[in-house]
Amino acid sequence: MDLFEYQGKQYFARFDIPVSPGGIADTVEEAVVQAAAAGYPVVVKAQVQVGGRGKAGGIKLANNEEEVRLHAANILGMDIKGHLVERVWVEYASDIAEEYYASFTLDRAAKKHLLMLSVEGGVEIEAVAEKSVEGVASILVKLYRCFTEGDCDLAEINPLILKPTGEIHALDAKVSLDNNAEFRHPEWAEYRETEVLDERELLAREKGLQYIGLQGSVGIIANGAGLAMSTLDVVNQVGGSAANFLDIGGGANADLMSAALEVINYDQSVKSILINIFGGITRGEEVAKGIVEALNRVSLRAPIVIRLDGTNAEEGRQILLSAGIPESVLQSKPTMLEAARAAVAIANAN
Amino acid sequence: MAIFVDQNTKVIVQGLTGGQGKYHGLRNRAYGTQVVGGVTPGKGGLDVEGIPVFDSVADAVAATGADASFIAVPPKAASAAILEAAAAGVRFVVCITEGIPAQDEARVYNTLLRDFPGTRLLGPNCPGIISPGKCNIGITAGEIAELPSASGPNVGIVSRSGTLTYQALYELKQRGIGVSTCVGIGGDPVPGTNFIDCLSQFQADPETHAIIMIGEIGGSAEEEAAEFIKANVTKPMSAYIAGVTAPAGKKMGHAGAIVSGGKGTAQGKMDALAAAGVRIGLNPTEAGDLMAEIVASLR
Repeated sequence: MDLFEYQGKQYFARFDIPVSPGGIADTVEEAVVQAAAAGYPVVVKAQVQVGGRGKAGGIKLANNEEEVRLHAANILGMDIKGHLVERVWVEYASDIAEEYYASFTLDRAAKKHLLMLSVEGGVEIEAVAEKSVEGVASILVKLYRCFTEGDCDLAEINPLILKPTGEIHALDAKVSLDNNAEFRHPEWAEYRETEVLDERELLAREKGLQYIGLQGSVGIIANGAGLAMSTLDVVNQVGGSAANFLDIGGGANADLMSAALEVINYDQSVKSILINIFGGITRGEEVAKGIVEALNRVSLRAPIVIRLDGTNAEEGRQILLSAGIPESVLQSKPTMLEAARAAVAIANAN
Repeated sequence: MAIFVDQNTKVIVQGLTGGQGKYHGLRNRAYGTQVVGGVTPGKGGLDVEGIPVFDSVADAVAATGADASFIAVPPKAASAAILEAAAAGVRFVVCITEGIPAQDEARVYNTLLRDFPGTRLLGPNCPGIISPGKCNIGITAGEIAELPSASGPNVGIVSRSGTLTYQALYELKQRGIGVSTCVGIGGDPVPGTNFIDCLSQFQADPETHAIIMIGEIGGSAEEEAAEFIKANVTKPMSAYIAGVTAPAGKKMGHAGAIVSGGKGTAQGKMDALAAAGVRIGLNPTEAGDLMAEIVASLR
């Protein structure tokens, strides 16, 4: 889960990493209040999870209330590379003597923590004053705690600044949290609320599904992330495009399958549904029961093509057959390629 | 021959009394695997359909002589379970648990490396390992694995994805091609066993004559494997990489399957493997077709 800058700074603050005084605003009036609290001059910063905010006009210096009003009004509602600005962060504008970059991430090849540290603007690292080296080191220790104890995939400060007064603090924050660690971080709940998801993804989240919205017309349900990815690829190869990635995972049961079909059905661009199941943990009869049950619960707008194999697949196929579902609603294909071709043919014909 | 596990491997199931552990542990036993015990703290002395349950791995190992463990416990308990198995001297640990925090995985990996070099971890978040006809540890449906033929040629499989591992087994079964061992290394960022570990074993295994490798987007494990193949693997290989159409910056289900900063793309991995002489299929069936050609040329 990626955090917005302001959330990253709040997260940094939990680990005593110094940040500029500031506050979040989703209206011009709130921006004015936050600016007064932070003290002028302030920087008004668009809160979007995409690079290049500054160049897009999403970061502006304001010396007084009038300028805050002007910039906040311009930035709120701005579209930056397809990301709508719903909030601005207003913080006291720091004087900068030097800029550094610091980040911790996991080096997957070395299987170790990786610290990256650099000095911006071609300044020789040797030229950095002794005082600032100690200051930087102290912040790195805190950033490392944030990365490890805070369960980050990435904890990045860019830039980390040295002020003329000798103080060092984080001027920006890029934090990506490891979803797998959510069980031990109840404080992450508030970040979930502001996560940028489309309506389909929100619905899938409510139903506990691994779902990523895409732009195509073939709705995908597969078990296992690898098979789901592979299904996207095969649909693409036979001339179609996937509307989503959806992994119903191991142990998928009737409820999960129904939920998956409901989410797919919600997507208006879906013209056909490709269910690709290879049974390991997921048992074929569970999948089949789920489909039969879902067809009773949901009125599907698009026909289903299913490919079912693996553990108890034969029992599953029997359940589907004996349910008496018309071929216009559901057809079964023996291989992934044939199923993909059939689903793409339906999608492209509609 | 097979790699890592065979008919002599004795397995305990950590979490045997839980839903997943019981279902798959019993399936593994039904396949013919020597499932000699289970571990659930506080339930020592009980049994699950005749399999004795112990309070600790150490107790289970002492009583049964087990040398392998199958871990099917929730993410919160998995790290401790892996280290408990290692401390008890278990040689081969298979962890199917999905959802272990990356920080924990990295810590466990490095702890094993430093303190328990005699223990190999397969997974986490993996389907397990099957040496057809000999031993099946994990969630693989054993009936889809073709038995190796005495005269060969047989194929070794190594894969990052669970269901694509089954797909590969299935492709080979449909063509009547025997499998020496099929290893699912898992889709997490810090797998205990990587492609290179498996490739070097397959290269040394006289029963393995060719190798299928299934990778996916994210990280650089396939690129590192390609370097290793170029220098060390003489057996013919085919490969498939999932995620050609995956959007950048999204974790595609697996914690480790993410293209970030233009790195970890399927195309980059396919190019690296092709340059190492591996034949690349554009879908699992095509990788199976290529392997069938390879096997035919070996017969």
